[in-house]
Amino acid sequence: MAEIIVVTSGKGGVGKTTTSASIACGLARRGKRVVVIDFDIGLRNLDLIMGCERRVVYDFVNVIQGDCSLKQALIKDKRIETLYVLAASQTRDKEALTSEGVRRVLDELANDGFEYIICDSPAGIEKGAHLAMYFADRAVVVVNPEISSVRDSDRILGLLASKTSRAEKGNGGVKEHLLLTRYNPRRVASGEMLSVDDVKEILGLDVIGVVPESPDVLSASNAGLPVILNDVSDASHAYEDAVARLLGETVPLRFVTEPKKGLFARIFGS
Amino acid sequence: MGLLSLFRKAPSSANLAKERLRIIVAQERGARGSPDFLPLLRRELLEVIRKYVNVDPSAVQITLGNEDGHEVLELSVFLPETQRIA
Repeated sequence: MAEIIVVTSGKGGVGKTTTSASIACGLARRGKRVVVIDFDIGLRNLDLIMGCERRVVYDFVNVIQGDCSLKQALIKDKRIETLYVLAASQTRDKEALTSEGVRRVLDELANDGFEYIICDSPAGIEKGAHLAMYFADRAVVVVNPEISSVRDSDRILGLLASKTSRAEKGNGGVKEHLLLTRYNPRRVASGEMLSVDDVKEILGLDVIGVVPESPDVLSASNAGLPVILNDVSDASHAYEDAVARLLGETVPLRFVTEPKKGLFARIFGS
Repeated sequence: MGLLSLFRKAPSSANLAKERLRIIVAQERGARGSPDFLPLLRRELLEVIRKYVNVDPSAVQITLGNEDGHEVLELSVFLPETQRIA
């Protein structure tokens, strides 16, 4: 039975695609069969973050419209054996994505034996975002510790609770998790940034991960290498922890407090 | 700046953000699930009221509540202090 996880946020630029790519890689590295789908029709980007942009021949909309088979459109990751990418279409026709078409593709992926289907939602609350969440079992809501991002994610929570298949059928709804990105413990300590607990309290969600602000995220996207695969990065460790929690493991939160400076660093450091 | 204010800690900007969010999120959650016409009703009422009294857009509050099994549409208008209805 495949589990469908939507990565969503409302606001743009908070790290949905980075998160989708890293969670997909993290699950696949643990041997799970994973496919990650870009729902951002017209603004394809997951392929770049995954580093497979030159191998896109067919896309999600091609599959829905029957121009190719699902197998032809799935791009096999070169690093991890059990990981596949389904790219978004670059068409400007937003109507190309239909609820019936999406359902058919998701069913086929589940029948093909995929264990996790990660849906990378576009920003906003339009059709693409709606369809990315509609069939989900779980949602990872990506939030920056910043006022507009928190408000927008609360709108998304409202939609998850009403405009999804699970909500409509009344079978428990979509399980929601909070993932904070661009977290800066130093600025939290000095009272300039909302803390994990603040965001948790306002949104009333359990925290699945806190990813510290890190220059490695930009270098990762420059290189087309999901940041979780950069094993020396704090961001990678934070995503690894999030993946473990998704799989039901209990892992303490890391990177939420400022590292203590030693005496030497305090005297000679900046 | 007085000497004392050096010791008094100003509320941090994160706290300010948290308070603002708490209020707006509660307000927006309250509006969820209520009929879609409420914002439009509020806007039109505001226009009518403004023909007679110059009120601030935030001065008109509409809430749909439930009292003893009856749905109650509550409307409150806060009039500016200096102005009385002509």
